[in-house]
Amino acid sequence: MVVSQTTKNIDYETVIGLEVHVQLSTKSKMYCSCSAAYSSAPPNTHVCPVCLGLPGSLPVINKQAVEYTMMMGLALNCNIAEHSHFDRKSYPYPDLMKGFQISQYDAPLAYGGWIDIETEQVVNRIRITRVHLEEDVSKLLHQTNSLGEIYSLVDVNRSGVPLMEVVSEPDIRSPEEARHYLMTLHSIVRYLGISTGNMEEGSFRCDANISIRERGTTRSNNKVEVKNMNSFKAVYQALSFEAQRQRELVQKGEHISMETRGWVDNKEITVSQRSKEYAHDYRYFPEPDLPPLVIERNWVTEIQKNMPELAQQKRDRFVEQYGLSLYDASLLTESRALADYFETCLKSPALQNLPKQKAAKELSNWLLGEFNRLLNLSNIDITRTKITPQMMGELIVFANDNIINISSGKVVLEVMFQTGKIAKDIIAEMNLARIGDTSAIDEIVKQAIQANPDAVADYKRGKEQALKFLVGQVMRISKGRADAKITAEIIKQNLIEGE
Amino acid sequence: MALSREEVEHIARLARLGITEADKDKFCDQLSNILEQFQTLEEVDTNNVLPTAQVTDRQNSMREDNILPSLPQDAVLSNAPWREQEYFRVRAVLEE
Repeated sequence: MVVSQTTKNIDYETVIGLEVHVQLSTKSKMYCSCSAAYSSAPPNTHVCPVCLGLPGSLPVINKQAVEYTMMMGLALNCNIAEHSHFDRKSYPYPDLMKGFQISQYDAPLAYGGWIDIETEQVVNRIRITRVHLEEDVSKLLHQTNSLGEIYSLVDVNRSGVPLMEVVSEPDIRSPEEARHYLMTLHSIVRYLGISTGNMEEGSFRCDANISIRERGTTRSNNKVEVKNMNSFKAVYQALSFEAQRQRELVQKGEHISMETRGWVDNKEITVSQRSKEYAHDYRYFPEPDLPPLVIERNWVTEIQKNMPELAQQKRDRFVEQYGLSLYDASLLTESRALADYFETCLKSPALQNLPKQKAAKELSNWLLGEFNRLLNLSNIDITRTKITPQMMGELIVFANDNIINISSGKVVLEVMFQTGKIAKDIIAEMNLARIGDTSAIDEIVKQAIQANPDAVADYKRGKEQALKFLVGQVMRISKGRADAKITAEIIKQNLIEGE
Repeated sequence: MALSREEVEHIARLARLGITEADKDKFCDQLSNILEQFQTLEEVDTNNVLPTAQVTDRQNSMREDNILPSLPQDAVLSNAPWREQEYFRVRAVLEE
């Protein structure tokens, strides 16, 4: 057998397209008035004749879901359809009681958009094919009972929850770029406030189509669909694994089958899920129970007018308006909740006496540093913090006015975070006010010098490190309250006088 | 426009219907007849008519996003061919 020479040293590129499903945060379901809050309810309690597809039931479109989808379309630079309608997609599994899903096929609400994704300082424009609306399916619980019977239990609560699907063109060129694309979509739905975006709970999920091709050509090998990626990390890992697997197959001269593969998180591999026995026969046709949508341009304009500022715009404004670095502004605007907290703090009465840019810089340091650490450590959402914006402002003023030094400030913040007490009270109760009085510091310095003759000798021999050590000792004795600058000065004076 | 037996078998499978050999012949004829009836529509010139799936002339029928009470759980499950506790029980749905 002759090994094909063309398989050697070929530079392959990865071609990825993503389909993202987003549960919308409407109160009611997509086509009926049952509550969409499926996860908190006992099984099969948010269910009505429409959910069950009973004869004579009539679905009606949730206007809020349509508007949310239009917002997403606009955020992704899409055209909003002038004529749109829903279609019936035949679907023979018991997680849809009707036997079909009401989706959109040839007239999606939004189409032809794009977003720019920055990965390692390279900006790539990812085209958005379409954004459409459909409905989620029931939850299946897979069971094996004591008789060894294998079966499934169906909870219909989730069935009919509005699901928005965002389909990209195959413009993504690496797993890392796929991760950035997803994080950007996630940020957009969170900023728009149209979904919780919770990936673990399945409110934001992603399927990928991935193939490889010789760089510079347009003919790809067979593509593989990858499912079951439940976190940004899983998306990155699954696509990296799959890109590598496909390269190895091709290099061995083997065929890549067109198939669906599932990511297995704990094994960190993809496995074949279903070989396409016979192609799905969805038999789409226009949904007869739902009249079409004719979307007037003034409706689109109205929605456009009420769109909130998105992360990138906010980031650029923070740089412009507050003089923050691009890096800090990016971190602050990663979540809308943090960005909002930042701006509310900045508007608090406490911070009105500081110059705006100074206040912004100090606040940014505290929020991105110690406060962020405390949030992560305790796993508390920023919207539930006990620290009100005014309390945060007061702390920053105390630190800025040198009433407390930085290390005491951190202590105050932590106590504030745990107890909800204001900075002034914590400083008084814990006796944290900075010692700036020279005679008080001088007393402590003398103690430190007396207790550490070796360090004193080292310093006199010209070892600068010894000074730092002595400052540290003073801090230890004063519990971090002594002013560091004054302390260093007084130590030097003492050592010179002592000669 | 006659349907083949294979097409009838395919349609039966999609509809999850088990049908006998005799049924297949019968449905072949019947379904073919129905299709022929629709062929009559080909006689009409629809070149300048937009496709529609609607006869009501309605558009933009939407509802506000409000919650109304759902059915009681027992009513939801009352038609279940097979029930286990508060769930519908169905044959295993293979995921992998």
